[in-house]
Amino acid sequence: MEWSEWALTLAVFLPAVGAVIVMLIPRAQEELIKWVTLLTTVATLGIVLAILFDFDYDRTHDLQFAINNDWIDVINSRYHLGVDGISLPLLALSAFITLLCVIYSWNHFPEPHNPKAFLALMLILEVGMNGTFVAQDLILFFVFFEIVLLPMFFMIGVWGGPNRQYASIKFFLFTLFGSAIMLLGFLALYFQVDAPGGSTFDMVRLTEAAGAGMTHNVQLLVFGALFLGFAIKVPMFPFHTWLPDAHTEAPTVGSVLLAAILLKLGTYGFIRIAMPILPDAAKSWAPWIGLLAVIGIIYGALGCLAQTDMKRLIAFSSVAHMGFVMLAIASLTDAGFNAAVFGMVAHGLITGMLFFLAGSVQHNFDTRELSRLGGLLTQAPKMGWILGFCAMASLGLPGLAGFWGEFPALFSVFDPGMGMSEAVFRTFMVIGAVGTVLAAGYLLWMLQKVAFGTPKPEFAHAHIHDVNAFEWTAWLPILLLIVALGIYPNMLFRVTDGAATNIINGMSQAIGG
Amino acid sequence: MNPVFDWHALAPDIILAATIVVALVACFVLPDRNAGQVSRIAAIGVLVAMIPVVTLALDGEDRSMFGGAYEVDNYALALKAFFLVAAYVTILLSIDYIEEGDYYKGEFYFLLLTSVFGMSIMVSGRDLITLFVALETISIPTFILAAYRKHDRLSNEAGVKYYIIGVLSSALMLYGMSLIFGYAGSTQLSEINAFITAEGAKPLLSIAILLSLVGFAFKVSAVPFHFWAPDTYQGAPTPVTAFLSVSSKAGGFVALLNIIFFGFYGIDGAGAELWWPIVWVLAAASMTLGNLAALRQTNIVRMLAYSSVAQGGFMLVPFAAAGIAGSEGNTEVADNAFAAVVVYLLVYGAMNLGAFAVVIAVARRTRSAEISTYEGLFQTSPGLAVTMTIFLASLAGVPPLAGWFAKFVMFSSALQVGNAWATALAVIAAVNSVIAFFYYARPIRAMWFSDPAESTERSVIRIPPALGGAIAITAVTTVVVGIYPQLFARVGELVFPQLVARVAEFAF
Repeated sequence: MEWSEWALTLAVFLPAVGAVIVMLIPRAQEELIKWVTLLTTVATLGIVLAILFDFDYDRTHDLQFAINNDWIDVINSRYHLGVDGISLPLLALSAFITLLCVIYSWNHFPEPHNPKAFLALMLILEVGMNGTFVAQDLILFFVFFEIVLLPMFFMIGVWGGPNRQYASIKFFLFTLFGSAIMLLGFLALYFQVDAPGGSTFDMVRLTEAAGAGMTHNVQLLVFGALFLGFAIKVPMFPFHTWLPDAHTEAPTVGSVLLAAILLKLGTYGFIRIAMPILPDAAKSWAPWIGLLAVIGIIYGALGCLAQTDMKRLIAFSSVAHMGFVMLAIASLTDAGFNAAVFGMVAHGLITGMLFFLAGSVQHNFDTRELSRLGGLLTQAPKMGWILGFCAMASLGLPGLAGFWGEFPALFSVFDPGMGMSEAVFRTFMVIGAVGTVLAAGYLLWMLQKVAFGTPKPEFAHAHIHDVNAFEWTAWLPILLLIVALGIYPNMLFRVTDGAATNIINGMSQAIGG
Repeated sequence: MNPVFDWHALAPDIILAATIVVALVACFVLPDRNAGQVSRIAAIGVLVAMIPVVTLALDGEDRSMFGGAYEVDNYALALKAFFLVAAYVTILLSIDYIEEGDYYKGEFYFLLLTSVFGMSIMVSGRDLITLFVALETISIPTFILAAYRKHDRLSNEAGVKYYIIGVLSSALMLYGMSLIFGYAGSTQLSEINAFITAEGAKPLLSIAILLSLVGFAFKVSAVPFHFWAPDTYQGAPTPVTAFLSVSSKAGGFVALLNIIFFGFYGIDGAGAELWWPIVWVLAAASMTLGNLAALRQTNIVRMLAYSSVAQGGFMLVPFAAAGIAGSEGNTEVADNAFAAVVVYLLVYGAMNLGAFAVVIAVARRTRSAEISTYEGLFQTSPGLAVTMTIFLASLAGVPPLAGWFAKFVMFSSALQVGNAWATALAVIAAVNSVIAFFYYARPIRAMWFSDPAESTERSVIRIPPALGGAIAITAVTTVVVGIYPQLFARVGELVFPQLVARVAEFAF
């Protein structure tokens, strides 16, 4: 067997092997459990790095490392994996962040402790995340998309904050509802699309067919089903209400994974499935998606300003940032898709980092109430500076990664693709630009509340520890990447561009023809 | 003409019958304290009966007897195997439960096997009379089993309720069947099929079909004929409840499969317009009301009872889909719908038996089936908590556990029709599978998110080997089939391609 055929399978299922081993180790042997998990995630990242190394960057639009085997013959669903320029960065992000989460957790397990269950769930989560980004069959995609639900449900419900029961079930029911409807959409695609070579769940072949054989109205309906599934996951306004609760209650690592990876499953679904497979409906839906996106940007920003809890504020900022990503996708241009993927990676790094910081702040002060915090810069200067850095990155300061998510997103909307109304999208652009100003507002406000000033009397003599070795190990790679992507964004754009252009070309051909 | 006996084809039934006789004799011969040994006889008999099922499957030839009234084909074999395995798991569940309680120990297995014998006949029956006799053979022993805790008022209530409803439904069904016989002039499904194809819809025929479907609706506890189920399930001994909710219910569905697809589903779907609206309503009502009622339960057995009503609704969806498509002259859907029901039954059997196995295991410590007694189970018995989570999540249809594939084939058959009624049913099913998670999540939340009550003993719950075996079999099936559904899908595939060909062959 060729390594190129095995690489993706290994990258997806190695964590599953690790999870099984972890489950077999007695609960008391915590050190062993932690080392096995670390080793698994390191090995997984190693495989992903090898894939990054072997990837042919001259043809990023092609599916590479593809494997296409029988899986469930009866329903024509196949075990089809592959990466192109859009999947690759997200796969790398997923493997990378999971490893850092393991390192961060090392001595930080939230109550009720139990590293065995926590780490086993995290590994299962990684299976789902990695798998979703490389699956090229709708049913396989669906299975991976759903695998992430239960581990996250348990992470929030078992290790979460005081209101964890409510938050966990809300998270689960929202996403389950979306994905149940999405599955109906997938089935409709299977039965209705006249794909070359017969009905299929294969994403590549469905993309080639581009909705052939479906009337426009049916396309609109099926797109609606897919939209519901992905939009709830993103989450787009008005489906976002599960997100603040889930983030607020989740343990630190859960929040990080949720923000950094899980939200991307939704946006990735739009780019990979909804838009290219149903281009006609995508064009009709895009202005509405754009509208919801800008509402999300403004609403998320205003929501941030109304928060009293640091984590909740960051959660609402996610709604706003994902709004930019969705706006970029709605532009239906290659620039937009590039910006969207960049935005996904940047948001993953930056917001993930912010949640890490919120976790450490809570660990130190035992509260995340903005009104009780203050003076982090005097008590823990390093952590304070990192917070400042991340706030700058998040508000889109040029030279840091966040900028290249936001600015090209707005830029792409200036000239929307597929002959969509410029007036409408330019209005969106203006509103989105106002959103960036608001973003600066709430992030600086948060920074001021948490980091500036003097410590509140209740914490004046508290023993506050600054960034420790585990935190440095987990955070430094993210910080470096934020800078690197900010200074040299082409590092990522040159990977995504081929694939994005390819999808857009396919769509415009389908609509034109 | 003398009837031809194909001894090979009849071997599973003959072995079962012989086991029943041996078990009964053993009840008389063995001293009371050893009466529990009958369970061994029963278990061995069930396993031996599997041997001819396997050899017949390897042989692969369709065998037909008594002028087509008794068929042994892949479909029958697949379900015979299912019923035998389910019976084996039920015996494993029962051994310690029955041994430790104040029951007639030997006779329990005699009754259980008799019911299984009825199921084995049912899957092969292609004649109204065979079906009716099989259904009664399934039901009558279970009336007694439901009331097996003879000093318990709830159990008596369970038995009486089940009995009265069972007799009522039999009467309705029989009346319907007699009308059908009066019309078609035959009790054989193939000839009824030919008659419906030739004559099309007649008003009285639709009443006949309605009556016989209502009878089956009682058996599979479809809303609005479900109200006996929660009381009976709660009152009956838990292993019996497991048996009722899986094997007995599946028996009802097999009867429905036979009578609808071999009888009422004419060539080119003729006659389907007579019954699909009934099935559509039954399906939608069972899913929705079963789920809504399950939301309110605090007792896990009652919750599982209502959940099985809802699951029955999901299983009815493919019937409705096949009917809708058939009434439009599209017979393609019928094959997939048939296979979908079979696959759903197999998957449902594994996960529901597993859930009951855990309920029995937990009740050994707590003597209760209240959901509140599951609090903190993850801390005290993590193994049981994880397996219970697997079963409940599978029932909810969360991938990668077997339940998702069952739901998937169900959705698939509905959307294949591509008509508004079928799509509406699929959407109802989708919304319901979300509602369902809410109540399946309650025990999960109790087990994982709560701490054990102060008074609870903290040690791990000891599980006897037989019960442990039952849990292991069902859990492994649930996980493996979920990851590689091809295993069960293959069974469905074996079953369905013959169907349309068969129906055509019957008619001419």
